[in-house]
Amino acid sequence: MSFPWAQQYEPKTEFTRWLDSRLPLPRFVWNAVGPGYPVPRNINYFYNFGVLAGVALMVQIITGIILAMHYSAHVDTAFDSIQHIMRNVNEGWLFRFLHMNGASFFFIVVYIHIFRGLYYGSYKAPREVVWMLGVVILLLMMATAFMGYVLPWGQMSFWGAQVITSLFSAIPLVGESIRMWLVGGFAPDNATITRFFSLHYLLPFVILGVVILKVWALHIPGSTNPTGIEVQGPQDTLPFHPYFTAKDFFSLTIYLIFFAAVSFFLPNALGHPDNYIPANPLSTPAHIVPEWYLLPFYAILRAFTADFIISAKLWGVIAMFASIILLFFLPWLDSSRVKSASYRPIYRWFFWLLVIDVFILGWVGAMPAEEPWVRIGQAATAYYFAHFLIILPIVSMIETPRRQPNSIAEAVLGPEAVRARPASRPAEGGFGGAMPQPAE
Amino acid sequence: MTRWISLGAGFVFVFVLLVAFFAPREATEPDPLKALHLKPRNVQWQHDGPLGFGVLGTFDRAQLQRGYQVYTEACSACHGLRYVAFRNLEALGFSEPEVRAIARQRQIADLDPNTGEEITRPGLPSDHFPSPYPNETAARAANNNAYPPDLSLIVSARAGGQKYIYSLLTGYQPAPPGFQVTPGLHYNPYFHSVQIAMPPPLMPGRVEYADGTEATVEQMAADVTAFLRWAAEPELEARRRMGLATIGFLIILSVLAYATYRRVWAGVPH
Ligand code: HEC
Repeated sequence: MSFPWAQQYEPKTEFTRWLDSRLPLPRFVWNAVGPGYPVPRNINYFYNFGVLAGVALMVQIITGIILAMHYSAHVDTAFDSIQHIMRNVNEGWLFRFLHMNGASFFFIVVYIHIFRGLYYGSYKAPREVVWMLGVVILLLMMATAFMGYVLPWGQMSFWGAQVITSLFSAIPLVGESIRMWLVGGFAPDNATITRFFSLHYLLPFVILGVVILKVWALHIPGSTNPTGIEVQGPQDTLPFHPYFTAKDFFSLTIYLIFFAAVSFFLPNALGHPDNYIPANPLSTPAHIVPEWYLLPFYAILRAFTADFIISAKLWGVIAMFASIILLFFLPWLDSSRVKSASYRPIYRWFFWLLVIDVFILGWVGAMPAEEPWVRIGQAATAYYFAHFLIILPIVSMIETPRRQPNSIAEAVLGPEAVRARPASRPAEGGFGGAMPQPAE
Repeated sequence: MTRWISLGAGFVFVFVLLVAFFAPREATEPDPLKALHLKPRNVQWQHDGPLGFGVLGTFDRAQLQRGYQVYTEACSACHGLRYVAFRNLEALGFSEPEVRAIARQRQIADLDPNTGEEITRPGLPSDHFPSPYPNETAARAANNNAYPPDLSLIVSARAGGQKYIYSLLTGYQPAPPGFQVTPGLHYNPYFHSVQIAMPPPLMPGRVEYADGTEATVEQMAADVTAFLRWAAEPELEARRRMGLATIGFLIILSVLAYATYRRVWAGVPH
C-alpha cells in the first residue's frame, strides 16, 4: 500500500480474479496486513502492542455482546443480573471475568503502546494524525470503561458515577445543569444506568471505526522503528506477512498467557471489593477510587487543593482534561527532528522520569487524600505538566542529538553490508525518506 | 507561537500546584482507631492450594458441609444467603434427597395458587435461601439499628476476603484498658471501627459436628468461612481447572508460535 516496492496482489484462482474486479476485499486485506504492506525490518517487540490492542478490543466486544444478552440495565435488577451471570448462565463467570479483566489488559496494552510512541517519537511528522487518532481512542476508551464500571451497580459503580459526573458541576453557571443532563436526574439513578448501558454498547464500535481510520493513516508512512530514521528502500523493510504475522502471533500467545493467568486465578485482584456490595445512595464508602487505569488522572484531579482565581475544584477538572488533551499538541510541542529517544541524550532521561512520574501518580491516586500523599501528588502533577509543556519544548530546542545511522539497513546489517549490496533503488533522500504513496 | 502558549500554560499549572504544595496544612490529629485496628490474620485453607497460591486448591467437602451447618445454626437467624439456591448445595457433596430434605426444613414466602393469599410453604431445591428479615428496616429494628448484611458475597465484598472474615469471627476480645466500648457494640480490632454491632456469634461447642470434629471457635470460623468462600465463588474449582487447561494450551501454542517465528525469520537480519 505504502511504498513503491510493495509486493502487488495477483489473484490466483478463477474465483478471486472474478471477485477482485467486483469487490477487491482479498486485495484490501492483502495490502493492509498481508505481503503487500512493507514494514521496517528492525521494529522490536514494543511494536507488537498495536496489534495486541486490536485483539483486546475484539475480546471486549465479543465478551460484551454475550454479557449484554444476560444483563439487565435497571437499578433494581442490575446487581442481581450480574450474579445471575456468575452463577446460572453457562460459563457466565468466564465471560464476565474475561470482560472485567479484558478492560484492564486493554489499558495495559494501550499504555505500553503510548509510551512506546513517546520513546520512539511516533507522534512526529508525518504521523501526527495517527497519533491524534490514538488520543481520540484513549478518550473513548476511558469513557467506555467508566460507564462499564457503573453497570454492575455496586457501591463503587454508584459512587464513582456520582464523583465523576459531579466534576461537571464545577463548570461556572451551566455546570449543574450539564451534570443533571448527563445523569438524567439529581443523582445517579435508573436514567443513568440505562443511558450508560446504551453508550457503553455503542462506544466500542465507535472505537473500532477510529481504529480503522488510524490503521489507514498509519499505512501511508508506515511504522516508525527504533532508529527513528524513515524507510528509504526495499532493503529496509520486510513484508508484513509472513514476517510480522508470525512475530505478532507469538507475542499474542504470550499476552494471552498473562491475560488468562489473571482472569482465571486472580479475577478480582484488579477490582475493588466494595463493588460486590449493592449500590446504596445512603452509605458513602470510606474511600471512593476509580479503576486502576484511571488512577493517575484521579491523582491529577485531586492535586489542586488551593483556590486561585477560580476554585480548586475547577482547576482540578481543567487539569485532568488538559493532561490528556495536551497529547493532541505533542507533535508541535516537541520540535526536535530526531524521532528516537535512543539518539536524544537529554530527552531520554526525561522520558524515564515521566514513566516514574505516572507510576507515582497512579499510586497517589489510590491513596486517601491525606499527607504525605497530597503533597507527593502535587509534585508529581507539576512534573507531568512541566514535562510536556515546559521541558519538552525547551529540550527539543537545545539538545544535540547523537549521530544516527544513515539508514535502517545500515543500522541492522552494518555499514559494510550496505556498501557491498547497494540499494536496488536510490533513496529518494531528504529527511522524510521515500515518498509514500497514498493508500488505495 | 505554540512554544510560548505551551510554556505559559505550563507555568500556570506549575504555579497553581506550587501554591497548593506550600499552603500550610491543618494539623490532623492521629486517628486513635488506626492504632487499635489490626490487619487480618494469616490463615490458609485447603482450597488455597500448595503454598497458598490458589492454583491447584479444591474445597474440602467435609469442611464445606460443616461450614454450612455453622451458617444454618449460628448465622442464618440474622444473615441471609440470597444468591445461593438449595440445589446448589449438591456441590457440597449432599445428595439430591438430602438437598430436598434440607430445603423442606425452611419456610418460603409464596402466594397460594388458588386464593392468591400470602402463605409460607416448605422449601423446594429450586428455592433460594430465605432472608431472615423482610427488609432492611426490619433487620435494623431487630439489631440495634445495625444491618446484618447478606452473606452470599461477603468474602468478595471485604478487603482481605476470607482471612478478614475468619479474623473477625475469632477476633472478639476484651477492649484495651481505657477504651470505652459503646453500649450495644462489641470490641473487635479487625472490624474497621474496632466496635461491631454483631454479638460474638461463635462460642466453643456452639454446634455439634456430626463427623466428631471438635467445635472450637477457630474450627467453626474456618469452616463457615470456607463455606462463605464457596457461596461467593461457586465457580472457583471449575475456574481453576479451566484456567490450568487454558494456560497449558497457550504455553504449547506459544512454543509452536515461537518456533514458527524463528523459522520464518531464519537468516533475516533485523
Ligand atoms: C444476632 C444476629 C447475628 C448473628 C447470629 C450473626 N450476625 Fe453477623 N452481623 C450481625 C450484625 C447486626 C452485623 C452488622 C455489624 C455492624 O455493622 O456493626 C453483622 C455483620 C457481619 C459481618 C460483616 C462485618 C463487616 O465487615 O461489615 C459478617 C462477615 C458477619 N456478620 C458474619 C457472621 C457469621 C459468619 C455469623 C455466624 C457464625 C454471624 N455473622 C452471625 C448480626 C448477627
